[in-house]
Formats: sequence, C-alpha cells, structure tokens
Amino acid sequence: MNWRTIPLTAWIGLILTAAFVFAAIFAPWLAPYGQGEIVGGVWEPRSAAFLLGTDNLGRDLLSRMIFGARTTLTIAALATALSFTLGSVLGFFAAVAGGWTDQALSRLVDVLMAIPTLIFALVVLSVMPVSIPVLIVVMGVLDSTRVYRLARAVAVDINVMDFVEVARLRGEGRGWVIFREILPNALTPLVAELGLRFIFAVLFLSSLSFLGLGVQPPDADWGGMVRENRDGIVFGIAAGLIPAAAIAALAISVNLVADWVLTRTTDLKGGRGG
Amino acid sequence: MAETLLEIRDLRITAWSHPPGEEPAEITIVDGVSLSLERGRVLGLIGESGAGKSTIGLAAMAYGRGGVALSGGEVRLNGRDIRTLPLGRLRDLRGREVTYVAQSAAAAFNPAHRLIDQVVEAVLRHRKIGRAEAEARATGLFAKLGLPDPDKIGQRYPHQVSGGQLQRAMTAMALCPEPDLIVFDEPTTALDVTTQIDVLAAIKDAIRDTRVAALYITHDLAVVAQVADHILVLRNGRAVEYGETRQIIDAPREDYTRALVSVRSIEHAEAAPGTEAVLAVRGVTAAYAGGLTVLDDVSVEVHPGQTLAVVGESGSGKSTLARAITGLLPPIRGEILFEGRALSPALPQRSRDDLRALQMIYQMPDVAMNPRQTVATIIGRPLSFYFNMRGAEKAARIRELLEEIELGTGFADRYPAELSGGQKQRVCIARALAAKPSLIICDEVTSALDPLVADGILKLLLKLQRIEDVAYLFITHDIATVRAIADSIAVMHRGRVVRYGTRTEVLTPPFDAYTDLLLASVPEMRVGWLEDAIASRRMASGGQ
Repeated sequence: MNWRTIPLTAWIGLILTAAFVFAAIFAPWLAPYGQGEIVGGVWEPRSAAFLLGTDNLGRDLLSRMIFGARTTLTIAALATALSFTLGSVLGFFAAVAGGWTDQALSRLVDVLMAIPTLIFALVVLSVMPVSIPVLIVVMGVLDSTRVYRLARAVAVDINVMDFVEVARLRGEGRGWVIFREILPNALTPLVAELGLRFIFAVLFLSSLSFLGLGVQPPDADWGGMVRENRDGIVFGIAAGLIPAAAIAALAISVNLVADWVLTRTTDLKGGRGG
Repeated sequence: MAETLLEIRDLRITAWSHPPGEEPAEITIVDGVSLSLERGRVLGLIGESGAGKSTIGLAAMAYGRGGVALSGGEVRLNGRDIRTLPLGRLRDLRGREVTYVAQSAAAAFNPAHRLIDQVVEAVLRHRKIGRAEAEARATGLFAKLGLPDPDKIGQRYPHQVSGGQLQRAMTAMALCPEPDLIVFDEPTTALDVTTQIDVLAAIKDAIRDTRVAALYITHDLAVVAQVADHILVLRNGRAVEYGETRQIIDAPREDYTRALVSVRSIEHAEAAPGTEAVLAVRGVTAAYAGGLTVLDDVSVEVHPGQTLAVVGESGSGKSTLARAITGLLPPIRGEILFEGRALSPALPQRSRDDLRALQMIYQMPDVAMNPRQTVATIIGRPLSFYFNMRGAEKAARIRELLEEIELGTGFADRYPAELSGGQKQRVCIARALAAKPSLIICDEVTSALDPLVADGILKLLLKLQRIEDVAYLFITHDIATVRAIADSIAVMHRGRVVRYGTRTEVLTPPFDAYTDLLLASVPEMRVGWLEDAIASRRMASGGQ
C-alpha cells in the first residue's frame, strides 16, 4: 500500500477517528479530572483550568468528553460488531438455503422491523436491568435486522453466479459457499453499511441515554451529556452542543474512512484492491 | 468517382486508466487510423475485442464512450471536421446526418415506451417533419425491413417482439431520419444464426435501397463479407489491412488477416462409437416450475474419450440438458446413467465421486471464477476437496495443471481479473481437469471468445482429450465448432433431439427441415453467400 495514494478526505477521517480512539483508550491518563468529580461552579465558561468549561453540576466538560468517548465508542463498536456478525451470517444462510428457511428467517426479521426500534428497545430495557452488556446485546440484535436485509439481498445476487454453482456442483457444504464464495464478494456493500451502522449505533445509544435508559449516571456518554446540559442552551451556554458536535465529527470521520475502504475494495477489475 | 462522405485522418483516441495503487496513466486506444467512406458505400471494420473497432465507429459520430477522448486527428463528415465541434452542434448532427445501431437492441430500447415512439424520436427532435409523416415513414421502413404487420407492430413494447424483430426495428430507427451515415455496431452478433441471416438480408436491402453509407462493425469476417464493399482490419487500435472485400477474403496480404480468414483450421478425425457409454441419457423430460416443458423425451449417449456436440439455437433446451445431467434440474421422467450406474436425479444425493467424475466448463469464464480467489486457490480447491492433497504435493499438481493448459506457473498467484478472456477459460479448464473427470460438460465455452482465442481453446481441449482420455458433452450454437471437434452430434430444436448420430451421419444429406435451415444459415466466408442462401431458401419455400 502506498501512503501517497490515500486521498485527503481519507486522511482527515483517519486522523480524526484515530484521535477519538486514542482518547477513548487512554482516557484516565488524558483527562485532567475524574469523570464524576465536581471541580467548579455550574456551567463555568472556558478557562485555563477548564478548557471546555464545566457542566450542569460543575464537572469538567473536557474530562467527561474524554471518558464519554470511551463508553460511547466501546458500546457502539461492540453493538455494531454483534449486529454485523449476526445479521450477515443469518442473511447469507437464508440466501443460500432458500425455501422455508429463508421464509421463516425473513418473516421473523420483518416482525422485528415492524416494531419501531426505539420503542422496542425501551420496552426491553425497562424490564431488564440496564447494564452495559445488556445494552450491547439489545442494540446489536435490533440493528442486525437491517444488516440481515442487506446481506441477504447481496447474497441472493451472488448466489446465482456461475462460480457458486461450480462450488455446489463440486459438492461443497454451506459453510464453504457462505464464507469462501459469497462473503469475500459481499464485503463491499457490507463495509459501506458498517460505517453507517456504527454511526447509527452511536446515535441510538445517545437517544437511549438521552431518554435515561442508556448509560447510567454518573458514567459519561455523549448522548447523556447532551441531555444533562440541554437546559443551558436556552441561556446561551454551549456545554450541550459540544458533545453533539463530537457525535457529528465522529459520524463524518468514520464515514470518510469507510468510503475510502470502499473505493479500495470495489475495484474488482484491479483484483488486489491496491 | 463518388463523393467522399466520411474521412477519418490519423485518428488518435486516448483514455485515462486508473489502476489501483498506481498513478493514473494515459493509454492509447486507437492510434493513427485513417479511413474514408464514399456516399452509399459500406465499410466493414473488423477485429477482435480490444481492437478499437467500436471506438472508431462511435468516433464517426464524434462520440467518446466512458471518458474516452478523441485526442488527435480529423473526423470529417460532409466536408467539415466534427471532432472538435461543440456539444450543441454535435447534437444537431447526431440523429440527423449520422445514426447508430447498437449490438443489443434489447438493452438499447427503453422497455417503458412503444417502439414507434422511439423510432420516430430522432426525427421529431430535429423537427424535419411532422409526427404523422414520421410515423408513416417508420411504417414504410418496418415493411421494407420485413417486420410482420408493419402498420401495428410500432404499437408494441420492446418485450413483445422477438430479438431479431427488435434489431430490425432498431435499424428502422436509424434509417428513419434519412441519415447520410449509419454506424452498425455488431448488429447481428447477439442473434441466432437462423435469425441473423434474415436480419442481415434486411439490413443489406435497406442500405442498397436508401443509398445510405454505413460503417459495419463486427468480429465475424464471414458476416461482414456479405454486406461490405471494403474492409478495414484492425488490431490493438491500429489498422492492419485495408482493401476491397473480395481481396481481403480471397487474397489477404497480412499474416494477421490470413489467420482471421483461416480460423477453424482444426482437423479432428471422427472416432467410431464404442458400445459402452460413459453417459447415457434415456428419455429425459424436464420442466421448470410452472409447467413449461423444456426437454422432451431426450435420449443421447456419450462414449468414453469422445465428444458429443449438442447443437441448437437459444431456447432449444441444450443448456437445460446440461442442468438435468448435473442434477441442478431433476428431470420429471427418464433416467441418466453415468459409467453404467443410474445417477440420482437431484444434486444433494449424489456421491462425491460422481460429482468428481462429472465436471463442467461455463460460457462466461468471468463469472465462473470467484474474483476474490487466486488461480492457485481456484485450481487447488478440487485437489484438496476430492483428493485430500495438501502442501507441496498440491502445489506441484497445480504447477503441472498450469503447464498442461499452456499457461506458465507464474499465473498461480494471479486473480481472475488479471487474466485475459482466453486465459480465464484455460484456468476453468484446469479446474475441471483437476478433478480427473471422465466427462466434462462444455457449455458454449468458446462463444464469448474472439475467433483466434477460441481456436486455441478448442485445440487445447482436443489435446487434453487425447492425453487424459476424457469425454466431452459440447454444447454450442456454432456449426463450425461442431464440424471441427465432434465425434457425434445431437441437433436440438424446441426441447427435442431432431437429429442424432455420428458426425458424418448428421452432416450428410438428406437433412430434416430444421437441420437444413440451420446448416444453410451459417455464414460462409465468401462474397455472395447471402444472396445464394436467400435465393435457395426462397426456391425451397416456393417449391413447397
């Protein structure tokens, strides 16, 4: 791979994403204060001591942003990973198996999709103890329905190609057909979806936290921080907008990277993809 | 001396290629080609794929497809250089002075509009005449091109007429604005031979009657010999030879042209049929869901180490026969015996050894190989799957197979996209051979390839048959291929075998009506064949 062939947009995306990930990993060392520590007055303006000011309880906003990155990114990444594994494997399986298996799986997914995701999550989370593993599983399973749809649609197209027929005539099992013949050729649309889905996971988590069912205080997460500081916006205090801006920046930078990965993998003619 | 209509001088066409991971580079597609065409004459552009013939054809309309730039030279139409004209002026000229007939009419017609609306569109756009007059003219052209029911056929949608009729409607569309020049881009390539002859005759009559000039692009020298006055042979974007049709066909000067004229030089002595059969299809009837019967009581046999050619037009059921044999479409009635044992009709019930002994090669090598696997993986998988080969043993066998298909061992690490069409087909052959089969089904394996490349593939298949003693069931629509390689032949028409026997038996008169039509429709490489064929067909139908 040649560094010089990476376009500028991909660089921007890579650097920003790397910065977010770095902040998430090294949060305890980077943050000037603890995430629950009350260190000043309510909604203090920016100063040398508090680079982004303080929040609605007098906690340092920068520290909470850094710790928030950790919670938000971890939960979103794990939920996305779960939804992709589940969704794409089931989607491929349905496409390859066809017939009743396909019907049963697809209709089940239809039922899940018919219920608005947020309401479904609210119902589940209100009866289950809200812990981070539960949150990840709920988000992952609900999101996997979308991935299933895409994976199945892509796999149905690939499944009728001659090279899959060749594998079938050779006597290959479903495992080989799914993972060796279909998956490598379905990666392109899935990667595009991955970037998007990750962001939806961040937003979904933020909505849940905003409604009070996501990450529980005093743990920081960006969606929850928007909620905590939303009243300040009326008084012209930007504390609620900073986490919102961070969500937007993350969304853009992840998708810039996804787009670049996409152009590298789409080129079937080039074969090696760079 | 007739007036010069189109003159292309020293044309240079370039495009930017963007190989991943490398700096974009400018590549030359057409380099220094000159030609001239007089009013009312037909010039045939011939060459293999990648020769730049379509690109030159479109350049006559000052059009570059997909980022292609006409970067140098002159394209003079009616005395003015159109290469550098602004788009507005070009729009004025296209569809008025020069029109285009595409290879696939089915893809070129908009399925949502009636034929007549699309045929008169260009005329109305240029506001030469009113709608009623334009439709009358179109109807006249439909009649001239031999479309049935010319008054009403325009009211149909593209999917309601056959492929041959659609191609004629497209020719009517090109003729409707009464242009000075028509560019025909492989107009009959996608058609069956028996349809091709009618469309060819219709095009030729229309050109003669309307005194329009034409550029006729094709890869089939025998076809272009029927319609063109002059022929320009192209290779890799350069002109190889230019001359009168008769001279090109009868006395080519360049080696490359000679090779094109003399393809299908393969000699294969017909083997006597043995008593035992590696594959015996007995009374097989097959249908798709919905009850459409595509195979009707088909019985054929393939003898060990020999070739059975199954020949027929599209829709004759020849590919379905392959699907029935491989188990993809279990037959309703009849049985399939393989090496003396009955094969279970459905694929999942077959033993691994049965699957191994019955291999298949496809028409489109591009889609028959996983684009994400290297050649070594593609060829190596049957080795590890059927013979449990691993490591060095497998690598050695892969090298051996690559040598056998006359590719170097250096190809092992390449991806399919890094191979040419002929190389891809060779890899597919190696994959089939890797299983050490006793029968290979070849489904139109040469029809997507250029004639010279196809010739190489056929020679390879015959060589491998001698070495490995493998039998072929060779599905094709190309009579010339059948003549070259078959030991026995089955002619299929509408799901039935209409003629079956050894090659000599099948190709020796007296013929049944369909085989006669099929054989008479194959273009011969001589000037005047089309007229003779049409005349003898008229005589035959007149006599009945």
